[in-house]
Amino acid sequence: MSAYTEEMLKSIAKVESTRAARLHVELKRFTAEEKDAVLKKFHPDYNTAAFTTLSVGPNKGDKVPKELGALLEGHSRLEKVQLDLQRLDYDVDVLIIGGGGAGASAALEANKGGAKVLVVTKLKMGYANTMMAEGGIQAADKANDGPDVHYLDALGGGHYKNIPDLLEELVENGPAAIKWLSDLGVLFDKQADGTMVTTHGGGTSRKRMHACADCTGAEIMRVLRDEVQNQGIPVLDYAPAVELLLDQEGKAAGAVLYDYDAEEFLVVRAKTVIIATGGAGRLHYQGFPTSNHYGATADGLVLAYRAGAKLIYANSSQFHPTGVGFPAQIYGALVTEKVRSIGAQLVNSEGEAFMHPLETRDVATATIIRECTERGKGVKALDGVALWLDTPMIDQLHGEGTIATRIPGMLKMFGQFGIDLRKEPVLVYPTLHYQNGGILIDKDAETSIPGLFVAGEAVGGIHGTNRLMGNSLLDIIVFGRIAGTKAAAQAKTTKLAALSLDHVAKFARDLAAAGIKTEVVSPKLLPVYTHGRPSRSEKRGI
Amino acid sequence: MEAMVTAWLLGKKCTVPATLTIMDAMEYAGFKLIRGVGCRNGFCGACAVIYRLKGTTELKVVLACQTKIEEGMCVGKIESFPLNKRSFNLEELRPTDNIIGQLYPEIYSCIGCNACTKGCPEGINVMQYIAYAQRGEYEKCARESFDCVGCNICASRCPAQISHSAVGLLARRLTGRYLEPQCAHLEKRVAEVEQGLYREPLTKLKNLPLAELQKLYNNREIEK
Ligand SMILES: Cc1cc2nc3c(=O)[nH]c(=O)nc-3n(C[C@H](O)[C@H](O)[C@H](O)COP(=O)(O)OP(=O)(O)OC[C@H]3O[C@@H](n4cnc5c(N)ncnc54)[C@H](O)[C@@H]3O)c2cc1C
Repeated sequence: MSAYTEEMLKSIAKVESTRAARLHVELKRFTAEEKDAVLKKFHPDYNTAAFTTLSVGPNKGDKVPKELGALLEGHSRLEKVQLDLQRLDYDVDVLIIGGGGAGASAALEANKGGAKVLVVTKLKMGYANTMMAEGGIQAADKANDGPDVHYLDALGGGHYKNIPDLLEELVENGPAAIKWLSDLGVLFDKQADGTMVTTHGGGTSRKRMHACADCTGAEIMRVLRDEVQNQGIPVLDYAPAVELLLDQEGKAAGAVLYDYDAEEFLVVRAKTVIIATGGAGRLHYQGFPTSNHYGATADGLVLAYRAGAKLIYANSSQFHPTGVGFPAQIYGALVTEKVRSIGAQLVNSEGEAFMHPLETRDVATATIIRECTERGKGVKALDGVALWLDTPMIDQLHGEGTIATRIPGMLKMFGQFGIDLRKEPVLVYPTLHYQNGGILIDKDAETSIPGLFVAGEAVGGIHGTNRLMGNSLLDIIVFGRIAGTKAAAQAKTTKLAALSLDHVAKFARDLAAAGIKTEVVSPKLLPVYTHGRPSRSEKRGI
Repeated sequence: MEAMVTAWLLGKKCTVPATLTIMDAMEYAGFKLIRGVGCRNGFCGACAVIYRLKGTTELKVVLACQTKIEEGMCVGKIESFPLNKRSFNLEELRPTDNIIGQLYPEIYSCIGCNACTKGCPEGINVMQYIAYAQRGEYEKCARESFDCVGCNICASRCPAQISHSAVGLLARRLTGRYLEPQCAHLEKRVAEVEQGLYREPLTKLKNLPLAELQKLYNNREIEK
C-alpha cells in the first residue's frame, strides 16, 4: 500500500509520464530581473505584515520579524530576582555560550591559546543545528577555483549585502578550515587518490561542496565534541545563559545562567565571552515549519541586544525551499539541497518542471510559493500544498545505486514512512531554515562591546541577506576558531571591574519609556508545543 | 474526530492522536521536554526511549522523534547513557599496534549476542563493526559505523559493557587522519593562501563598485 493519497498518486502518474523528456534537458536559469520580480512578490521576507519596527535599543527603527521583535523587547528573566553578583559560581577566562559547531571550534582554539574555558549549553553539546547539516561545506581548494571565485559567488548570492571584510575572512580561511577538520579526523568523501569529491550547491559557480556522505554536520560535530572531551574542556549542560554580565566599564564580563535541574541562577565571571547560540527556526516566523533543532530560539540575539550590541539584517531569514511537505511525522524536516545538486528536478502537480533546480534558496522558495499560490499547481498535502521533487531521476541520470550511496540519510528518512525515493518522487514545501542576520561583528569576531565575541549562526553580515548552502558550516569553523583565538588572547590582558546588570535595568527603563507593555519574558530558551491538545478551559467547557 | 491511541508515557496513562511521534505524544500529554530531546529530526541521538507493548515481553529501544506512537506502548526514557569514552591524543596515536583494542579492551568480551545490532535505530550492523575493530580493520569499522547518531541504545543492551559509539568514533577519526589518502590540492591551496596569493584579487574585489561586481557575477562562468 502506498503512503500517498489517491490524488497524489494521480499526480505522480503525470510526473512519471514527463520524466523521460525532462531527463536530459538543462532548464533555463532566471535572469536577474526575473529573480527580482519573483522575490518581491512571493518571498516571505517581503511580507510586510509579518514585521514590526523596534522602538528601543541599538536597532531602534529597524524592522524585524514580529516573533523576534517581541523577544528583543521582552522582560528579563532576572527582573524580579535578587542576585548577589559577588557570589561567583564559576570564574574563568573565556565563557562560551552554546555547544554547536561554532562553540566547539571556539572552545578548542581558546583552550589551545592557554585560556581557562567554560562551555555552557542549553541542551547538551551537539544537540544543535550543526548536527543536522547534511549537504556539505564549501571551500575553494580545487585548481579551477579560488577564494576570489568563492567570494563573488557568495556576494552575488547574498545580494551584495555581505560585509566585505567578513566575507573575505570566510573565503580566504576556507581551505585551512577543511584541513583543520581533516587533521582532526573528519572523514570527507574522497577519491582513491585523495582528491575531494565536490559538487555544486545552489548559487555556486564551481564544484566546491565538500561532504561526508549526507551527514556532513554530524560528522564534524561528533569529531569536535570528541576532541573537546579529549582536551578535558569543562562543559556545563542544561544551563542556558539568560543574561550577559558586563563590568562597570561596559566590557563583557560573564553571564547569568539558569540551571534547569536545580532551577537556580548561576553567576559566571569571564574575562571574555563568546556567543555561539545559533539560529531562530523555533520562533516559527509566519507560522512556517522549521528544519532547526529544539533550542534554536535566537537567545544570543536577545542577550547581546540588551547589552547594547547591534544587529544586522535581522529582518532576513532563509527559507529552505525543500522542507518535507508530507508525511506529517517529518513535516518541515529538510530534504537536503544535494538531492537537487545530483539531478532531481522540482515538478508541479501537472508533471511540469518549472525552474532550474539550482537557483539560490530564496529564489527557489519564492518560485515554489508562486507555483503553489498564483499558478495553482501545488499538490494537496496535509493542511496545505506541496510540490514534487523528482528523486527517481537521480538513479536514472547517474546509475542505479547513486541514491543509496550519495543520499542514504534521505533514503532512510522517507523509507521509514513507506516512501521509496528511488521509485517515487517526494513532496516538498519551504521551511524556516537559517537566520541570515544576527549580531554585528568585526573580522576578529568581536562586537562593539569590548570582550564580547560572536561566532556561527548568531552572527549577521557574513552572508548578506541570503546564505549559500555550505557557507554556514564553513563560517562556524572559520569564525569559531577566530573567536576562540582572539578571546583567549584578549583575556590575558583583561582587567575586569565589578560585575553589573545595570544594562538590563536600563533596557527595562527604555522599554517603559517607549510605552511598551508586554507579558513576554525572554530569551525564550525553548518553544512550547502541544500538538493540538485542547486547553484545560476548553475541556472544562465540554 | 481523529483516531486516538492509549499509551503509558513514563507510567502515565495518556490518550493521544495516533498520527503523533512518541516525542510529540509526550508533549500532547503535557510533558515539558528539556532532557531527552535535541534536533527532533533523528540526527542527534538525544531521544532514545525504551518501550514494550502492554502485555508483551519484548522490549524495544527507539528514537522518540522518529517513531510513531502505538496503542498500548509503555514508554520509559534512556537519557544520558554513561558511556565509557577514553581520552586520547590523536596526534600521538597511530592506527597500528591494535590501538583500539588497547584503549577499549572490553571489545574482546563481545559474546556475539547481536543485541547491539538488533537495537540500532539506524540499522547499523554494530556487532560487525566491533568485530572489525577487534581485528584492527579500522577503515571497515569506520564505514560500517558511519551513520551512528550516538544514542547509545547498543551500549545499553550490551552484556559485555562495550561503549560501541566511542569505538566507532575512534575508528573514524583514525581513518580520517591516517588511513585516508592525503589531499594534494588541499595542501597546495592552503600553502598558496598562506603565501598571500589571494590577497590582491580579494582586495580588488572588495573595492569594486557595485555595478562592476554585478557585471562580473552575472557573467561568471559556471562549471558544468
Ligand atoms: C537541517 C539543517 C541542515 C543544514 N545543512 C547545512 C549544510 O548542508 N551546509 C551548511 O553550510 N549549513 C547547513 N545548515 C546550517 C548550519 O548547520 C548551521 O547554521 C550551523 O551549524 C550553526 O552552527 P552554530 O554552532 O552557530 O549553532 P548550533 O549548531 O545550532 O549550536 C547552537 C548551540 O547553542 C545552544 N544554545 C542556544 N541558546 C543558548 C543559551 N541561551 N544558552 C546556552 N546555549 C544555548 C544550542 O542549544 C546549541 O547547542 C543546516 C542547518 C539545518 C538546521
